[in-house]
Amino acid sequence: MTTEINGTLRRTALFDAHLALGARVVPFAGFEMPVQYTSILKEHDAVRKRAGLFDLSHMAQFSLTGADVGAWAETLTTNKVANMKPGQARYNVFTNEHGGAHDDVIFYRLDDNRWLLVVNAGNADKMWAHVSANRSGDVQLKNLHGDYALIAIQGPRSVEWLQPYAEAELALIKYYACTETRVKGTREPIVIARTGYTGEDGFELFLPSDEATGVWDLLLAENRERGLEPCGLGARDVLRLEAGMALYGHELTEEITPLQAGLSWAIKLDKPAFTGKDALLAQRDAGDYPRIVGLVMEGRVPARAGYPVLAGGVRVGEIRSGSFGPTVQRNIATALLDASAAAEGTRLEVEVRGTRHPAVVTPQQFYKRPKG
Amino acid sequence: MANGVPAGLLYSKEHEWVKMDGDVATVGITDYAQASLGDIVYVELPRVGAGLTQFGSIGVVESVKAVSDIFTPVGGEVVGINDGLENDPASVNRDPYGAGWFYKVKLGDVGQTNDLLSPEQYEQLIAES
Repeated sequence: MTTEINGTLRRTALFDAHLALGARVVPFAGFEMPVQYTSILKEHDAVRKRAGLFDLSHMAQFSLTGADVGAWAETLTTNKVANMKPGQARYNVFTNEHGGAHDDVIFYRLDDNRWLLVVNAGNADKMWAHVSANRSGDVQLKNLHGDYALIAIQGPRSVEWLQPYAEAELALIKYYACTETRVKGTREPIVIARTGYTGEDGFELFLPSDEATGVWDLLLAENRERGLEPCGLGARDVLRLEAGMALYGHELTEEITPLQAGLSWAIKLDKPAFTGKDALLAQRDAGDYPRIVGLVMEGRVPARAGYPVLAGGVRVGEIRSGSFGPTVQRNIATALLDASAAAEGTRLEVEVRGTRHPAVVTPQQFYKRPKG
Repeated sequence: MANGVPAGLLYSKEHEWVKMDGDVATVGITDYAQASLGDIVYVELPRVGAGLTQFGSIGVVESVKAVSDIFTPVGGEVVGINDGLENDPASVNRDPYGAGWFYKVKLGDVGQTNDLLSPEQYEQLIAES
């Protein structure tokens, strides 16, 4: 289960494997997680050019079963759930009454009555309370947090390097699809999904915690010398920022709505009703809401979360995420900006330790992988 | 050079090194510091002519994900900065005691070096941390 005991940090099933690989481990969302093994830049490069292996077991997995899961879930979320077919995965946002986000999540439909819901580690307790309190109809919930591990392999070589260990034909699994299949080292078939948070091709493996080390070691044993790198949360954050993917707590919060975060593709306002729908409709119709954009710094100074953004000396927003972007070789950021300052190409200034540095508004996505 | 701590330099508890040449000190961060910080992408240095107070915060060094203060191990007037860091901040990772140096300070009071650590003392410090 998910609660921290007396504030002590939890460890994933792969903790010893991380230490053996020389990881630097830091507290993250109540867990001791690897932030890097060798170098964020090296790990980032591996994912863009070859593949990287991630332990994401801190993220919470909820099992949802019953005939009413789809219809029930879509009353709490912006995207559709009920029309998902078995074998589909779909991004979604749980919203509050004001249209703000409780969490952004992925639903995986395993068959007619069984689903997997993956929520952010930092929201695990909040989300378990939320779905439990709102449960209705033929819906059974089980919290797998801690009992199930999550290993991701991400990068252009993912199919090639995972296939020898998986029974299913991985190339046939479409992007945002999932299947249950046997993997070497697991007792039962496990869920494999073609999803990720890096902007690259790749897979996520959902497996019992006691089988995680075996599979992790197996994948690294033969593939590491080919260039598969264990990757920490540092590289993951840079990869997702380049790929224009929202990070809860930064681009999406209880106050920042998915509409503001640029996620209108995941908001289905034609659904009859869902929590926060009226607020999102009103925000959309008003149109002048602050929104998340991309920013590129023109100089060498990185922008960081919380730095003020100015237009003509007047504050128009703030940085929400910022990092050096190795693929684009520039300092990139997201910012929450007043609508008047948010048009692509707008020239702004970011205040860094009291000095203003020029920046320009860009699309949120800084990197798009080449079509393979 | 035992454990990567060069002899002939002085050190601070904040993981800077100091190389004295007369009353001018060259300052950088140690190998231990660069390894802890990770890939360095930006170094903000004081301007030439600036007056620094010993152990004051005088700039920042930024890795891909984090911003860290630089606490100057010596006070005095800045008489030179490493311009090469602008285009090649990663030289701090590659060569922290050489090409990755930060700035030079003309010391007002050479006695302040008494507050710094010897290589042996610094080695002890990082062994314990």
